[in-house]
Amino acid sequence: MFLSPKNWFLLACVMGLSCACSRDSSERSSNGRVVVNYWEKWSGFEADAMRAVVDDFNRSQDGIEVRFLSVAGVDTKLLLATSSGHPPDIAGLWSENIPDFSEKGALTPLDGGLATAGIKGEDYIPLFWELCRHRGFTWGLPTTPGCVALFYNKKLFRAAGLDPERPPRTFAEFESMSRRLTVVEIERAGKRVRISFEDLTPQERGGRKYSLVQVGHLPQDAGMFLSGWGAWFGAQFFDGERRILADDPGNVAAYGWLRHTAQTYGVENLRGFIEGFGVAQSAQTPFLGGSEAMVVQGPWMPNFISQFAPGIEWGAAACPAADGVGGGSPVTLAQCDVVVIPHGARHPKEAFKFICYLQRQDVAEKLARSQQKFTALRNVSVEFLKNHPNPSIKLFIELSRSPGARYVPRLSIWHEYDAELAVARERVLNMRMEPAEALKEAQERVQWKFDRVMRRWDAVGKERVAEWRGYDEW
Amino acid sequence: MTSGERRRSLVGLAFVSPWLLGFLVFTAYPVCASLYYSFCDYDVLSRPVWVGLLNYQDMVSDSVFWLSVRNTLLFNLIALPLGLASALTLALLLNQPVKMRGTFRAIYYLPSLVPAVAGAMVWLWILNARLGLLNQVLVGIGFSNPPQWLVDPAWTKPSLALVSLWGCGNTVVIYLAALQGVPQSLIEASMIDGASPFRRLVHVTLPAISPVIYFNLLIGIIGGLQVFTSAFIMMGGAGPERSVLFYAIYIYQNAFEYRHMGYASAMAWVLCMLILVLTLLASQISKRFVHYQGE
Repeated sequence: MFLSPKNWFLLACVMGLSCACSRDSSERSSNGRVVVNYWEKWSGFEADAMRAVVDDFNRSQDGIEVRFLSVAGVDTKLLLATSSGHPPDIAGLWSENIPDFSEKGALTPLDGGLATAGIKGEDYIPLFWELCRHRGFTWGLPTTPGCVALFYNKKLFRAAGLDPERPPRTFAEFESMSRRLTVVEIERAGKRVRISFEDLTPQERGGRKYSLVQVGHLPQDAGMFLSGWGAWFGAQFFDGERRILADDPGNVAAYGWLRHTAQTYGVENLRGFIEGFGVAQSAQTPFLGGSEAMVVQGPWMPNFISQFAPGIEWGAAACPAADGVGGGSPVTLAQCDVVVIPHGARHPKEAFKFICYLQRQDVAEKLARSQQKFTALRNVSVEFLKNHPNPSIKLFIELSRSPGARYVPRLSIWHEYDAELAVARERVLNMRMEPAEALKEAQERVQWKFDRVMRRWDAVGKERVAEWRGYDEW
Repeated sequence: MTSGERRRSLVGLAFVSPWLLGFLVFTAYPVCASLYYSFCDYDVLSRPVWVGLLNYQDMVSDSVFWLSVRNTLLFNLIALPLGLASALTLALLLNQPVKMRGTFRAIYYLPSLVPAVAGAMVWLWILNARLGLLNQVLVGIGFSNPPQWLVDPAWTKPSLALVSLWGCGNTVVIYLAALQGVPQSLIEASMIDGASPFRRLVHVTLPAISPVIYFNLLIGIIGGLQVFTSAFIMMGGAGPERSVLFYAIYIYQNAFEYRHMGYASAMAWVLCMLILVLTLLASQISKRFVHYQGE
């Protein structure tokens, strides 16, 4: 009944061998190729687009087989896999992840490989190249970049008596058009009527006894750039060294604008209107549902329009900034999808070959076209622009090259910073705090957190940088 | 110990070894490791750096930590008595000799079989301020301005307390079992003495089932301080203005969203101590109110 020591030993050998075999089987494909596991955040049509590129790569050579896997919550899962020593060979992240992941030692510096492959920063739109770098090292390369513009519903413009071919050009216009496009339901002479907010009497506006049926624009509906409104008011978020600037005057002005919106339409009216809608990138968003006339979104939006609301007649333009911001250049917020090689990846060289393949102009343009986005490369082919399914793609390319293009600060605690700004925003929108007060609190908290991070960086930073410099796998 | 006894012991141990192994790997080791990490600056990826009591000191100056404590205690102050009283009331009603008693019992127990996530999703729509069933009913009976349950910070905690009642079927079953055990002789004696139903409840039934009430209270305290799922699913974590940022959610955020595993570990140990203290406190207070048969 009991195993003798000899049998225990045999059992251990069998288990060890089976483990070793299973590991081997995942490292080589049946036809002897090196298997490169690639985790990507995309799902749906975006994943399909990358899957097609992966298939092209696998067909183009016979030494490497990239295995694509669409992974929800890829950032958290990547960290857990990396900490356990079994990361994928490539991971598709967001550029905001790079400072955090690199400082924590989760990524492989690519600089040595880039030098050998002849990939240089000059090949890219500067802003996107900067997004791939942190603390003097390059941690990933772009797949598809993004920046935001104002999408507007031409049919709603027409219905409100506005010119559908003339989106707002100044912030004041943006505000007045937004009010004109806002439709409320109110009781007049015992009847419920629907009229534009602009046609309400001063008493009706002040009383706020109406419900919102359609809005011109909701500042709360800005997708992933919700914390970035400050950019359109000239805000700085970080001094680049040690000081957090959450309470920068630009941010206070942006939050003042949010407060003004809540004051204009009423806190409860706005909350009630928003709560009736569903999650982002679904048919239940106010814009796709036809209840919001203008929304700030990225180049991916036409894909969602054709998927969820093909009837929308839309246009896109740069979102106007507050007076004097951007120095006459259009303002946008940019970010970038990146591919990285996690620390501890089994096949970094093979993974890097695939990443380099993604940087080829024809490959990058194929991926971008399928996702209705643009590429991070400086050069754009004539065919790309000619055959692109997104009619507003030129606008996004121009915006990303604008001197007014910005990105959220390159901080390892941006996620926490963002959460604090969200709390401040809610307090302002609920009229519980003045913008300056709410942002001062956010400033103190984020600074406290950042000081903790810097305390650690001061202790381990030199060691970490030496480790990165010493990486010679390439 | 004879060789036969030793052999039997070893066989017994071999049979329980899968559980023992699981306990050691998935419970004992993580618990011990979390104690060590609570004294470290640890982000899961890089090696832990010993920082002594720093995480515990940080907690004192972390305003959101105190907010999470306050939110959790406030929620429990609403949800715990409400849950205990509702479950007891239901159990008393379901203990009455009425027709289709079994069916009613099954109906009230059913919601506790619904997975927490599915239940939360249903409640998300019931409590929707604009389209939700509850507010439609409230408007129908004359409330012109019903609460915005899930988006108004003032109403989020009561909303979640309301949702927590949905799953009180388990507690009802425990009460029902206890009610079956109330000595009939005592009830009959009180009836002969002319006690009203209310007095019978207060002076006979409740003292007789007080150990079970105490048990449910302890379970309620332990579970209530770890409340997580409903807020996480329905509010996406902290809720508007962090109004439902409960202790367990803040631990989760620190551990898995912000990757301050050392800090999260320290918070988990403080929670463990908090539960211990409150449980001891409850057991001290209960000595006056809990009556065991045979005492």
